[in-house]
Amino acid sequence: MELYRLTAHEARDLLRKGEITAVELTEAVLRRIEAVEPQVRAYITVSPDTALAQAAAADQRLSAARRSGEVDTLPPLLGIPIAVKDVISTRGLRTTCGSRMLERYIPPYDATVVRRLRAQGAVIVGKTNTDEFAMGWSTENSAFGPSRNPWDITRVPGGSSGGSAAALAADEALIALGSDTGGSVRQPAAFCNLVGLRPTYGRVSRYGLVAFASSLDQIGPMAKDVLDCALLYEVIAGHDPHDSTSIAQPVEPVLPALNGDIRGVRIGVPREYFGEGIHAGVAEVVRRAIAQLESLGAHVEEITLPLTRHSIPVYYLIATAEASANLARYDGVRYGHSATATTIWEHFTRTRGEGFGPEVKRRIILGTYALSAGYYEAYYLRAQKVRTLIRREFEQAFERVDIIAGPVAPVLPWPIGWVMENPVQAYLTDLLTVSQAIAGIPALSVPAGFHEGLPVGLQLVGRPLDEVTLFRVAYALEQVTEWHRQRPTQ
Amino acid sequence: MALSREDVEHVAWLARLALTEEEIERFREHLSAILEYARMLEEVDISDVSPTATVLPMRNVMRDDEVRPSLPRDVVLANAPDTYEGYFRVQAVLDTEDEEG
Repeated sequence: MELYRLTAHEARDLLRKGEITAVELTEAVLRRIEAVEPQVRAYITVSPDTALAQAAAADQRLSAARRSGEVDTLPPLLGIPIAVKDVISTRGLRTTCGSRMLERYIPPYDATVVRRLRAQGAVIVGKTNTDEFAMGWSTENSAFGPSRNPWDITRVPGGSSGGSAAALAADEALIALGSDTGGSVRQPAAFCNLVGLRPTYGRVSRYGLVAFASSLDQIGPMAKDVLDCALLYEVIAGHDPHDSTSIAQPVEPVLPALNGDIRGVRIGVPREYFGEGIHAGVAEVVRRAIAQLESLGAHVEEITLPLTRHSIPVYYLIATAEASANLARYDGVRYGHSATATTIWEHFTRTRGEGFGPEVKRRIILGTYALSAGYYEAYYLRAQKVRTLIRREFEQAFERVDIIAGPVAPVLPWPIGWVMENPVQAYLTDLLTVSQAIAGIPALSVPAGFHEGLPVGLQLVGRPLDEVTLFRVAYALEQVTEWHRQRPTQ
Repeated sequence: MALSREDVEHVAWLARLALTEEEIERFREHLSAILEYARMLEEVDISDVSPTATVLPMRNVMRDDEVRPSLPRDVVLANAPDTYEGYFRVQAVLDTEDEEG
C-alpha cells in the first residue's frame, strides 16, 4: 500500500512500531502532490523543505521514545503530514487567504491551532486553496484559480475549505484544517467523501485565523475517517487566553465514545431539511443513512425547524456586516497589496479595489449597506433578533432529541464554472449549514453514500459543547458502512 | 428594494472601495436582489425579542493588566509596503491647502 493512502491513525501506529519513518511518509506525500497537483490544484503553497525538517525532527523523537520504551506516550499526530487552509496563520509560511491582497503576506506568528500542531510534532505540508477570505462555497472565488474535486475533476470540491478537502480526497495530506463560517468545513467534506467538524463556537481558538465574520468563524478538523477527525479535534480544542471568545470549560475526551453503541440516542430529522430545493438523490442517500442509524438502536423522529429558510438572509446580513468591519484593516499600509496613488484617499480605495476580488467586494458593499445609517435597524438589528429566535428553535428541539440529522448540502458537487442565475441562488446552496453557525452549535459531516458516483454527506448537529455525541454517532455509522473507504480512481 | 447607482457609490465610498462602472451596475442589481430576498425576515415576529450579542454563555472576559512580550518592531514592519526609520510610512493625510488654511 502506498504510504500517502494511510489514515493518520494507521500511520501513527506504523511510525510507533518503527515500520515506517516520518521522512518516508512525508516524502511519499510530497511525491503524491507532485503527481496529482496539476489536475487537483488543492494547494496554494507547498513547503517541502520545512515539511521534511519537521519530519526529521519527528523521527528523532520517535526513535528516542522507542529506545526508552515510551512510544505510547507520544502525541498522536507526531510525524503526520497535515494540510492547513490558507486563512490560518503560519509563522514564516506565506498565508494568502486566496486573495491578491495578501499574495506576499508572511505571518510573523502562528495561529494557536498551528502552535498546537507544532507541539505535537505534526508535519505541515502546505497551505490549501480557499475562496477569497473564505467567502464562497466552491473554491472558485480564489485569486489562485479553482481547486478540483478528485471524484470528478470537472466539478468543484466545495468550499470554502475546498483545497483542504481536495488535498485529502486526492491523498495529498493525511489530515487537514479548514474553517467554517457558514458550512465551509462541512460542505467540502460532504462533496469529497470526508469527515469534517464545525466545533461549538468558542471551542477552538480563533487566534491567528484571519477574520471573516468573527461571531461565526470556527476552525474545524477534516479527515478521511471519524477517528482521525476526533484525534485532530482533541489537539486543537480547548481554552486559549489569546482569544477572548474561547470557552474555558475542559474538553471532554472523544475516543472513549467511539464504541459503536448508539442505542437510545434520540435523533430528530427536520422536515425542512428534506423540503423544496433539496436534490432527490441527496435526500434518498441521507434517508438511507438515517435508517441505518435507526437499525443500530437510535430513536428517529420527525421534528420541525421552521426558521431554516430565514437563516439564509440572517446569515448573509450578519456575516457581511462583520466582514465589512473586519476587512477594513486592509489599507495597504501595514501589510498586503498597496496601490500607487497621489492622495491617501485614492491610495485606500485603489488598494482595496485592486486587491479584493468580486465576491469579497460584493460582501463588503452589502455589509456596509446593512450597517449604514438608516438601514441598520431594518437589516442588521432585525437579523440579530431573528438570530435569537433561531437559537431558541434549536434549544427547543434539543429538549426532545439528542442530535439532529439531515443532508449537508442541498445539491451534489456542481460543474466548475456553472453560472448561477443570481447571488440568491448561490447563497441558497448554504441552506442547511448556516443555521448551526448562527446558533453557534457543533455540526459534523460524515460520508453517507454516493449518488451517480458523487459523494453525499450526512450532517449531524448537536447541543453546544456536545461534540462527543456527534463523533459517537458518526463512528457507529462508519462501522456499518464502507463509504469512507472508497477512494477516487486516479 | 431597488438600489440606485448613487446608493452603491455612497456605500463604496464608506467602505473606501474603488469600483469600476461595470461593478457598480452589477452590484446594484445583485444587492437589490439580495435585499428583496431579505424581506422574508419581515414575516418573523420579533416584538420583545432581544438581539443576539453573543452565542457564548459568558460575559466580560477580564485579565490582569500586566505587560507581556509582544512582537519585535522589525518583525511587525517586515510586511509593510513602505517604512521609514521604524515607522509605517503613509501618504500625506492633509493636503497643502488644508495645512495653509
